[in-house]
Amino acid sequence: MSEKLPPPAKKNPQLRQRVPTLPPVARSRAALGLTAAAARGRFMLQHCAECGAVQYPPRDACASCLCVALEWRDTGRKARIIAETRIHVSPDPYFRERLPWRTGLARLEAGPTVLCHLHGDVGRGDAVMMDLKLDKAGQGVMIALPETRSADMEDDPLLRALTADPKHRRILVTDLRSAIAKPLIEALLAAGASHVFAGEPEAWRRGSERDAIAALDQVSVMPLDVTDQASVSRLAGEIGGKTDIVINTARHVRPGGVLGSDTVFAREEFEINALGLMRLAQGFGPAMCSRTADGTNSAAAFVNILSVHALSADPGYGAFSASQAAAYSISQTLRSEFRSSGLRVMNVFTGPTDDEWHQPLPPPKVTAGALAKAIVAGLKSGVEDVFCGDVAKDLEERWRRDPKVLERELTGGGA
Amino acid sequence: MKRKDYQGVVIAAPVSVPYVRYSQETAQWWIARALKDMLKSASLTPVDLDGLSVSSFTLFPDTPVGLTQHLGLSPRWLDSIPMGGASGVIALRRAARAVQAGDADIVACVAGDANRIDSFRQLLSSFSRFAMDASYPYGSGGPNASFALIADAYMAEYGAKPEHFGRIAVAQRANALRYKNAIMKSPLSLEQYLSARPISEPFGLYDCVMPCAGAEGFLVMREEEAEARGLTFARLAGTIERHNAFPQDPVQMRGGWAMDIDELYGMSGCGPGDIDLLQTYDDYPVISMMQFEDLGFCDKGEGAHFVSSHDLTIDGDFPHNTSGGQLSAGQAGAAGGYLGLVEAVRQLTGLAGGTQVKGAKTAMVSGFGMINYDRGLCSSAAILRSGG
Repeated sequence: MSEKLPPPAKKNPQLRQRVPTLPPVARSRAALGLTAAAARGRFMLQHCAECGAVQYPPRDACASCLCVALEWRDTGRKARIIAETRIHVSPDPYFRERLPWRTGLARLEAGPTVLCHLHGDVGRGDAVMMDLKLDKAGQGVMIALPETRSADMEDDPLLRALTADPKHRRILVTDLRSAIAKPLIEALLAAGASHVFAGEPEAWRRGSERDAIAALDQVSVMPLDVTDQASVSRLAGEIGGKTDIVINTARHVRPGGVLGSDTVFAREEFEINALGLMRLAQGFGPAMCSRTADGTNSAAAFVNILSVHALSADPGYGAFSASQAAAYSISQTLRSEFRSSGLRVMNVFTGPTDDEWHQPLPPPKVTAGALAKAIVAGLKSGVEDVFCGDVAKDLEERWRRDPKVLERELTGGGA
Repeated sequence: MKRKDYQGVVIAAPVSVPYVRYSQETAQWWIARALKDMLKSASLTPVDLDGLSVSSFTLFPDTPVGLTQHLGLSPRWLDSIPMGGASGVIALRRAARAVQAGDADIVACVAGDANRIDSFRQLLSSFSRFAMDASYPYGSGGPNASFALIADAYMAEYGAKPEHFGRIAVAQRANALRYKNAIMKSPLSLEQYLSARPISEPFGLYDCVMPCAGAEGFLVMREEEAEARGLTFARLAGTIERHNAFPQDPVQMRGGWAMDIDELYGMSGCGPGDIDLLQTYDDYPVISMMQFEDLGFCDKGEGAHFVSSHDLTIDGDFPHNTSGGQLSAGQAGAAGGYLGLVEAVRQLTGLAGGTQVKGAKTAMVSGFGMINYDRGLCSSAAILRSGG
């Protein structure tokens, strides 16, 4: 059984902070299919389109029939561990400072033998469930997990390094006035977050949930206006060194296309939704990047909540969709800039949220509670992309299938 | 079609350039030294070489093509054998056919590698595409970790214990103490073997080779060529190779030898009982144990019993890896795939000095190489006989 992870000791300021190192990052193009699957929380392997043989390691031609049409498909996770080792010597700096390190061979029921990381609760002979997770280098790796959930299994040090679990972490929720703020903060605390900083813009304007949030244990309300560089810098100076996860809930939504009389609403949307994200990243990113190897409460993730229309515009919310596309694009650059530290960027794509600005839209709509749950689940599983709600999932699927067809349907042209 | 025999093919001028743990010298430097020694011992000049076969991991960005210009050679037959531990026997196989057919008269087979600080880590991280994608990111334990998994499965399946592997390692150290070029110079007891610090369980320190720099080589020619030049030589009786054998095995418990061993004994006209000494590829003792089984010296799974009931030292009833093998002589990259073959030729030509097995007439050499992902892919073996 995994040992329950104790709360971290108070940091000794005299000790040198550990410089983040990464596990090996180089991969062939085919192997990036594992990363793409892991980023979405899927377990996918290449299947031969002709003979159906399941392939591993990823390759360019079927090892059974030489067919070059290999398709990434969801694959059964059941496997058995047929060999294990505990590595005590490694020339790689990342593993060297984490020795001993356990790996094993898992024989998948689907066919191939997979060299994988071993969760602490599994060993040779055990039936296991395989998973693909993103490691600190942001690459998809195989891990064998217990067949059935074991107590505190997420506290396993290896699994914890592959996720951004809120447990024992200090989290900044950037805008407490967002409808999602209170359920999100409650969900984070329930998941074991040690402290939540709740950002409050324009303190003179009392939001309805403000006092309820401020009254929660382990929550501090802090002034934060993402449209104000100085405000972001001030808060980053104060708590940047002890912020492990940032969840950006600041968002400005106004309906309407782009042929309105002016660009006032659009400017406001870009200021908050796109440039606000940039200011937060500039303010909090560097300190978080330096703290990704800082023990139990190391910096782990930067979370954006985006409309799924970041992928393809909803003309009913034209300027808003544009701001979401901009924010999505910024998040991709942030991934590149955070990569060398292992700090993860998680994008949570949502369909229309159940709030005043989407009031006339028909259901299904995403409730604040559902969104909060999806964010916490995403952090716990360590994915990069979460699609929350039926609309978002449906749109993602159609976008993957053919972005042009989706665009035509969204802009009026479908049946 | 029945495979043609290797009648009339001989091996001469076995050369080992003494190994060094770390060296600033390049693969080109090590290979040149081996070639120079080979030519000198056979009283040849570079223009006499019309065939060249090269194995090296560290020539990059050069290939053996660049090496011809670098070393001023003009061969009419050139081969590159990138097969790691199987390289020696496979270079010999290729060269044998070249001299039989007259494509070349004298082929120099040579393997050599550099070893600088950190070059082993760099080699591991870029060893193969599958290793880069599917084994190096998992602890970066290199071949130690990959073969530890194979050893773990083997021990679980057949009940082999660390002390069985220890018998192989301890006997080889005893042999190495009689081989002047061995890197390891102090005796090793079974107690020391068993109490060694762990490297990748079940492997401890003495299950693993010491990477170093060095080179090995030999000449291949027709018997009449060797006779005319007054060279002592060993004869090639038979040889096999196989790649990616048994791909459906979930984990490697046998190598490609198991597919071809009957043909090897058949073409050589002998059986396991006729072998006076055996040189296996010993990247790990468990791999040598698998070779005892797959080469027909005992049944599958009987390797542990076999090593317990035989003395594997030079003067024992089953002389094995008489120069100490890579475990005690060191692993000089691709030259590790030549070590056993070169020593076997010395044994059969009476040149083995301190490691000489009395009355050695027939030797078997086996090679094993290239852990591309989860298992070694290349296997090779040859039976040699003493000649003129």
